[in-house]
Amino acid sequence: MKTMAELLRAQAFVDGLEDDIVTLIAGCAKNVSFKPDEYIFREGEPCEQFYLIRHGTVALEMFSPGRGAFTFLTVKPGEILGASWLVPPYRWSYDARALEVTRAIAFECHCLRDKCEADHHVGYEMMKRFIPTLINRMRIARLQSADVYGDAKT
Amino acid sequence: MTQRPEVPGEAPDPMIPRFLTVARRSRESADVFTLELDTHGDVSAREGFAPGQFNMLYAFGVGEVPISMSGDPAARDRLVHTIRAVGPVSSALAAMKRGAEIGVRGPYGSAWPVAHAGGLDVVVIAGGIGLAPLRPAIYELLRTREQFGRVALLYGARSPGELLFRRELDAWRRLPELQVRVSVDRGDPEWSGEVGVVTQLLPKVAFDPVDTIALICGPEVMIRFTAMALEDLGVARERIFVSLERNMKCAVGTCGHCQFGPRFICKDGPVFHYAEVCASLGIREL
Repeated sequence: MKTMAELLRAQAFVDGLEDDIVTLIAGCAKNVSFKPDEYIFREGEPCEQFYLIRHGTVALEMFSPGRGAFTFLTVKPGEILGASWLVPPYRWSYDARALEVTRAIAFECHCLRDKCEADHHVGYEMMKRFIPTLINRMRIARLQSADVYGDAKT
Repeated sequence: MTQRPEVPGEAPDPMIPRFLTVARRSRESADVFTLELDTHGDVSAREGFAPGQFNMLYAFGVGEVPISMSGDPAARDRLVHTIRAVGPVSSALAAMKRGAEIGVRGPYGSAWPVAHAGGLDVVVIAGGIGLAPLRPAIYELLRTREQFGRVALLYGARSPGELLFRRELDAWRRLPELQVRVSVDRGDPEWSGEVGVVTQLLPKVAFDPVDTIALICGPEVMIRFTAMALEDLGVARERIFVSLERNMKCAVGTCGHCQFGPRFICKDGPVFHYAEVCASLGIREL
């Protein structure tokens, strides 16, 4: 059976990360799986774990009364689910639902934050991996809010 | 650099419309309709068109608008246009019933360089109604599939209900020779596909950026971001083609309504090398 560090090394998320850091963060990680339609977390809940998706698809949803739940993003294998662990109050601001059988590596946020705090180099390496994701998601959100398809005419 | 292909000739007098009859009308989404025009007895229409070209469609008493062909270029008995009802003319056209008569001028404009993409991977990227002008190119690619490397269709729309040609998309998805990925800006409870923006789909299909030609059609913002994402992946600017639109009147490069910097969309476009127009796309006033 593969160790968590070995599983992690197969993920693009740790590309360029020193071996000892991979081993260090693997100490905060565990394997998890979700059934189709299972909620991984809900808006308002404390963010105790974030996830690196290995297999499956996760829908990020918001609920609006009278309109129901709508999906604003899907997260696929190799992508990060959740950045709320980085900043207080460490609380989820949306729902995450597995659309199919989904396997992921879950990181205990307390554990990882403590390690980042203890060694800022580890923290910096984590930031280098989260900031591009956050910037990309901001770019996506900007395009979605621009509603560009509403303007096209042929 | 891949050359733009020669396209079929224009009608003898480009300002005089022919009269074609609506043979079939079908609804694609809440505000998008497809009209199939009967071309029997119309020599110009039966000469065909090249993927990417457009016609001027005249709703008598209302006005004329440029509409890209959205049907199969090889099917000469029908001329197919997919129209989004956004203004008085397009709304009048979209409301036409079977048997109604429409004025048609064209075909006009440049074409997608499908015939010149032999040996290359092809990535077709459509946004919203932009799938309609690309559909003839997809038909051509599938008809001559053995000439190309990998072929991918990436399609983004606002919501699942606004996806065009749903049945055909499902059929294309089942083809092993075509990679199809679809994304919507906002999902609904029934949607189990991807949600996000179309550029996110690029890393999810296989193609060799060095030997790839990309065809993009959609809103201009989407075109700009998609072209940038392709360049970031290593696709040469000269291998990226985009279809642009502007308010159009004469369609033959005379009136100047569709002037885009030193070019006319109607005559020099609508399909351009991205390298030709990327600087102009950054100018807000154009």
